[in-house]
Amino acid sequence: MIDKTLRQLSRALADREISSVELARLFLDRIERLDPQINAYITIDREKTLAQARAADARLAAGKAGPLTGIPLAQKDIFCAEGWRTTCGSKMLGNFVSPYDATVIERFNAAGAVILGKTNMDEFAMGSSTETSYFGVTRNPWDMERVPGGSSGGSAAAVAARLAPAATGTDTGGSIRQPSALCNLTGIKPTYGVVSRYGMIAYASSLDQGGPMARSAEDCALLLDVMAGFDARDSTSLDRPSEDYARALENPLAGLRIGLPKEFFGEGCDSGVMRRVEEAIAEYRRLGAKTVEVALPNMKLAVPAYYVIAPAEASSNLARYDGARYGHRAPAYDDLADMYAKTRAQGFGDEVKRRVLIGTYVLSHGYYDAYYLQAQRVRRRIAEDFAEAFRQCDVIMGPTSPTTAFRIGEKASDPVRMYLSDIYTIAVNLAGLPAMTIPAGFVDGLPVGLQLIGDYFAEARLLNVAHRYQQTTDWHREMPVIG
Amino acid sequence: MSLTLEQVRRIARLARVEISDAEAENTLVHLNRIFSLIEEMQAVDTSGVEPMAHAQDLPQRLREDVVDETNRRERYQAVAPEIEAGLYLVPKVIE
Repeated sequence: MIDKTLRQLSRALADREISSVELARLFLDRIERLDPQINAYITIDREKTLAQARAADARLAAGKAGPLTGIPLAQKDIFCAEGWRTTCGSKMLGNFVSPYDATVIERFNAAGAVILGKTNMDEFAMGSSTETSYFGVTRNPWDMERVPGGSSGGSAAAVAARLAPAATGTDTGGSIRQPSALCNLTGIKPTYGVVSRYGMIAYASSLDQGGPMARSAEDCALLLDVMAGFDARDSTSLDRPSEDYARALENPLAGLRIGLPKEFFGEGCDSGVMRRVEEAIAEYRRLGAKTVEVALPNMKLAVPAYYVIAPAEASSNLARYDGARYGHRAPAYDDLADMYAKTRAQGFGDEVKRRVLIGTYVLSHGYYDAYYLQAQRVRRRIAEDFAEAFRQCDVIMGPTSPTTAFRIGEKASDPVRMYLSDIYTIAVNLAGLPAMTIPAGFVDGLPVGLQLIGDYFAEARLLNVAHRYQQTTDWHREMPVIG
Repeated sequence: MSLTLEQVRRIARLARVEISDAEAENTLVHLNRIFSLIEEMQAVDTSGVEPMAHAQDLPQRLREDVVDETNRRERYQAVAPEIEAGLYLVPKVIE
């Protein structure tokens, strides 16, 4: 049961092979047994989970079930869920029990899905390894000495270790794709504006986007069907007709034009990772696709521009953590200014402070034009590069991460090295494009991800391209040996 | 470009984050490394390029000026560090 896909679980529930309560218990027991060594979850609440599962069973019995009714899902601890502690991986929100639901949670609840728990993450989604979490590092189930990637590392580890059938993540610079790649999962970051950000704790609002992390493209499509949709409460939510993301899964790939940016295939990528990526592309050629070389000449500026734009937005978004209305408040202080300064000094970890300071600096008088506006101009250049590339191809492919999972502690003391883990993912967020990662094999027992980037609103096409590959390969079915 | 210790203290003050001398020095080292990465961006000529603030160039949506949310003050204030009579309490700012 723990190794079934969402579609198989859905059938098992419909056929009364198992109840939602039994399914939830199965996973909760497994979490209790195995999660102490992995630390994928920050919060588990058996009673709340089982109550939701009982309600799902009633709905199943009444014949009112949808495809996700009764299925337990792990939720990244960035999504506010009413009555659940929602920490965003920070001491600042260590005591915050959300008084409301994020739209994503509301939509899953309406679909009858069950919240299995809240997963670990880099603090305020700032990191690529889950090491900046106040709640301790998450371990990669493929090698417990290594990181699961980040920031959605808890979600990735939970699904990889079969401590959840699927999970949610958020992706500001690669936080769905990189951990999915490092843990052998399939994950998709939709076009900016497709999934509501309401109740999804903000890091960099013009880049943040939620999406599913699962074991196949087919499962991702099922989850995205529920997550996507217009939401008046998110000012950047796009008002478009709803889509069936699974509609094109089976389409043949003959004639598909795959763009290979030379910037993805040069220096900077581990040679073993590159071999797996090239083999995956060869498989696509066998499936009838053609490849064409494209150029993304400003790609190398994506990381520098991101580390201006994201911290600038973060410094503004994180101003709300002042100890006045919710979250941590320093136990002792002199006056109001001192309460703010002490609360924030105690509540934020080092990486969050660094980004708040960078953002404050680049937005401050005299530096705004040189940094912030320049970064926004570079951002447009990057978006234009993609637009030009998509005139010649349907999907862009390359590595998701330049390396396989690195060792815990290996990059933790060197922020710049950590930032460069996202060289292949960040440009996509700056442009606002959809992109996904799919398992493409292993190097020394560690998973490698192939990245697929699509034009705006090409999610169904990406899922189709991913699904067809998963019909002829088995990489995505591999699971780690644990406990 | 290279930041000074005084600048680090100043931006920490602007950001309302208390910072010790040891932390300021450590932060200075990291920020200077990060800014040398950021500086790579300065090499490119972007004159005439319109800054891109957002992935979708869309106007802000407008809505009717009507109440569409319920009052959830009690629930929201239940998670506050200190409240009294429906108000958030903070240290006195006006003598």
